[in-house]
Amino acid sequence: MEYAAHKPSNEAGFWLLFSAGGVVAAVLIPIHLFLFGLAFPLGWLPQPSYEYLLSLARSPIAKLYLFVFCALPLFHWAHRFRFTLYDGLQVKHLNEVIFTFCYGGALLGTVLAAHLLWKI
Amino acid sequence: MSTQAAPAEFHPRWFRKRVSTWWWLGEWHYLKFILRELSSIAVAWFVVLTLFQLRALLHGAEAYARFTLRLQSPLMIALNAIAFCFVLFHTITWFNLAPRAMPVRMGGKRVPEFLVAAPNYALWVVVSVFVGWLLLRTP
Repeated sequence: MEYAAHKPSNEAGFWLLFSAGGVVAAVLIPIHLFLFGLAFPLGWLPQPSYEYLLSLARSPIAKLYLFVFCALPLFHWAHRFRFTLYDGLQVKHLNEVIFTFCYGGALLGTVLAAHLLWKI
Repeated sequence: MSTQAAPAEFHPRWFRKRVSTWWWLGEWHYLKFILRELSSIAVAWFVVLTLFQLRALLHGAEAYARFTLRLQSPLMIALNAIAFCFVLFHTITWFNLAPRAMPVRMGGKRVPEFLVAAPNYALWVVVSVFVGWLLLRTP
């Protein structure tokens, strides 16, 4: 393989999104998932009220926080899942489909998050 | 590599064994690698759940009550319990990776890995406590 002949790629940008998303996911998701996914539904801790959550979500800082919370980890997923499928399944002819599925999905989620936070 | 010439005519093809699809099952290191990669599915799962939660919040108190009720189903609890394990695995492997990706040197000596990873864990605890406090306080 002739590495010098490669045309410049966007790989660095994707990798940057991947690692930024990795940090956000590592720091923020465990506590959110623990509370909303386990502690509240199982009654270990008291649920915050609808009104309180809505007022929280409507503050500009929380909107920014929630946007980052949704967008970056999705791009983290896109990068990791793409390479898992590339290496795991070894289906070279499907690589473009995988790429579109992963980053298209991440982009769709990001747009949805922006839309929801805009309207909330 | 550029030193490897293209096979000439009638040259036997380069020998390259096809790797099995299940190559990662044999050894703990490989399995750990794949589990770490699969943790990204748990990450995406929870983001999607958060998007549904935002949608429910947007649609009003009744919609939100339905959302919380759905989260109480045994299936959702099970899925979230599995996702939580994967996300924790991601957090720990991610934090422990930092000192490998970015070796810190002080006075010509390499700072021990646990000291480089420690601030990550500290940040994690502080942020988690803050988020927990914000969601649990009764205004």
